[in-house]
Amino acid sequence: MAGPATAPQTEVMMGNHALSHGALRSRVQVIAAYPITPQTQVVELLSEMCASGRLAAEYIKVESEHSAMAACIGAAAAGARSFTATSSQGLALMHELLHWAAGSRLPVVMGNINRAMGPPWNIWDDQTDSLAQRDTGWMQIYCADNQEVLDSVPIAFRVAERVMLPCMIVLDAFILSHTAEIVDVRSQAAVDAFLPPYAPRWRLDVADPRTFGALTEPEPYYRLRFMLEGAMQEALTHFDEAHADFAAACGRRYDAIECYRHEDADLLIVTAGALAGNARAAVDRLREEGLAAGLLRIRLFRPFPVARLRALATRARRLCVLDRNISFGAGGIFAQEIRSALYGLPGAPEIRGHVAGLGGAEVTTDMFCDMARETARASSCADLVVWKGLRDAPQHSA
Amino acid sequence: MHPGHLACQGCGAALAMRYALKALGPDTIMDIPACCWSVISGPFPHTALNVPVYHTAFETAASTAAGIRAALRVLGRERTTVLAWAGDGGTFDIGLQALSAAAERNDDFIYAVYDNEAYMNTGIQRSSATPYGAWTTTTPAENFKQRPKKDMVRIMAAHRIPYIATASVAYPEDFIRKFTRAKALKGMRFIHILAPCPVGWRAQPQHTIKIARLAVRTRLFPLLEIEDGVRWRLTVNPANPRPVSEYLALQGRFKHLTTAQVESIQESVDRNWGDVAALAGAAAVGAAPPDANAAADEP
Amino acid sequence: MGDALKTLPDFPEISMSCADTAYNKTGQWRVMRPAIDAAKCSRCGVCWKFCPDAAIAFDGGLPRIDYEYCKGCGICAEECPRACISFEFEEK
Repeated sequence: MAGPATAPQTEVMMGNHALSHGALRSRVQVIAAYPITPQTQVVELLSEMCASGRLAAEYIKVESEHSAMAACIGAAAAGARSFTATSSQGLALMHELLHWAAGSRLPVVMGNINRAMGPPWNIWDDQTDSLAQRDTGWMQIYCADNQEVLDSVPIAFRVAERVMLPCMIVLDAFILSHTAEIVDVRSQAAVDAFLPPYAPRWRLDVADPRTFGALTEPEPYYRLRFMLEGAMQEALTHFDEAHADFAAACGRRYDAIECYRHEDADLLIVTAGALAGNARAAVDRLREEGLAAGLLRIRLFRPFPVARLRALATRARRLCVLDRNISFGAGGIFAQEIRSALYGLPGAPEIRGHVAGLGGAEVTTDMFCDMARETARASSCADLVVWKGLRDAPQHSA
Repeated sequence: MHPGHLACQGCGAALAMRYALKALGPDTIMDIPACCWSVISGPFPHTALNVPVYHTAFETAASTAAGIRAALRVLGRERTTVLAWAGDGGTFDIGLQALSAAAERNDDFIYAVYDNEAYMNTGIQRSSATPYGAWTTTTPAENFKQRPKKDMVRIMAAHRIPYIATASVAYPEDFIRKFTRAKALKGMRFIHILAPCPVGWRAQPQHTIKIARLAVRTRLFPLLEIEDGVRWRLTVNPANPRPVSEYLALQGRFKHLTTAQVESIQESVDRNWGDVAALAGAAAVGAAPPDANAAADEP
Repeated sequence: MGDALKTLPDFPEISMSCADTAYNKTGQWRVMRPAIDAAKCSRCGVCWKFCPDAAIAFDGGLPRIDYEYCKGCGICAEECPRACISFEFEEK
């Protein structure tokens, strides 16, 4: 449903506050959250908004992230729009209930600040925490700037409430969460036109008493899982619609995969999150050197936009993938999923998977340029992972 | 509650639910974590319960209930009672953290634990609610449970919540009165129900009520209420208390105990009763306390 | 339990109940069978009160055991103040 574009309302804010403002604009009704660095500002600002009455929501100050997700599940089941935010250890603690929220078919939306998993303790940028949850049935959106973070909250609620699946909005620790950028918060009216109130078909209702989640035999359980996957696949279409409607309402257009100078690219850098900014600069520099480089930024990771990637990737000869994450024993996770999505496609590009920046280790535009040049020149792309940016570490054997 | 549910013959937990729902009525939303009642209510797509029920993960009885209440408040449906209905495992052990947090926040719901003193749904493993001396599959007779039963009543009293009560399925009027009273109150209300399990306690199904009555008459399980964590009151004060050996004798899970061990159980029952009676300002042994709400000791 | 779904016309959209447990005739579990002696019964209602399966109907008159659901636990027989409920092996 498209609404009139209204005037921008710009403010300067960190990514965490952009999440809070996104939740405010989405008129969330129940928030249950537990503090963890680097998420704390999200919930602190939401706390202030609730206390002042600016946001008419109930805020439950739970004693753990596990309880935060349980409370969001209870609230969504009872018919309230629910929101939380967390990071790394907290997200991991929620793991059991991430499965529960998706299996319950509840449209909970959560912000996750990508932070490295301990041990040892590390509070900096690393995508492994959210990617390790990729099998739970949650939709996942990876943001590259604070505007995208804010906009993704109502977009997430809209799609989540259509397909009845929860959605995670992911942003980089400190690089986005704590870095102030200029952001358009828009008017409440513009977002209201885009996002209708939460009106679930089934909820805990004394007028229509039902039991949810009872013991289920294998055959019906299997069918319910099949239906969940169906909803996840439908989400691809709903995201396209939501992105188009959001553009009409607020003037900004998003896509499952964001592209830069890709149409005539011989080599495509593929990455996700704020690093795409460095990748973009690398593309420009490489172009000046005569290398026909382009960029694909994966915004929608679950459901994985297979068809879109296949359509975009065949133009290039090679993909240079940068993962700021690792699945031990199987390489970078985006690289795995990209290889899987392109397998068997006639004219599919070769793929060189790189891992860099774990635990917030530095990833520079120079490193992107190096990776791209190496990818272009490499005689083969057979390695499972190419590790970049390590200082003085001996190579893995075999 | 419909018949056709899956509880074992003589199940104390089934009777507890029957009384609880009778008191609370249809304007109730319940959440049930992993426990016997996860199965008793019936397989998808059937249910034995005629109120909205949310089955939830093991640790989350209290946290889910908190979320449900918050939603009802936002949606303007405050009158509805929210009930967290959990077993002892999900309350004394894995769910204790979330329960303590909800109590500390004084969240507005009733938390009822039906205590069959072990992880019965998974086959009778010990919980911290298992009493000293009991056999379970993880405390076999050669190494029966050495530690005493965790005292949830005192733990909850320490949280200074508006209302705490204990209840027994053998005292239905007392049970229903307490749930009715809880329903009218706001804030956190905790009700600890002793629910004998014939299978896990190695007792005969027809003795469930007899055992639950003896638990009270031996003063092993005092029936009481606590307001704001500080004002204790006995609701039943057995005039002629029975020796605890009569209670233990009906249950195969205690049959390996020596006379000395039974005596030590009697001593701890007496000690605990003395403490509770003192807190309640009641006679240590005697007639019903001078309280209009108290029920006379039922036969 | 395998018959549970067959009673439904349509598969529900999510994991929720669409029917009660009336289909499940737990009376088949019985090994022992309680029976109320109408002559001795004082209509006190204790048997009705203590049935975990709510399988005894009572409205002030003679309580009626619903044998379709009675699991034969024997609580009613044990608790009857007049000892007027027999509890014998079921004859099939």
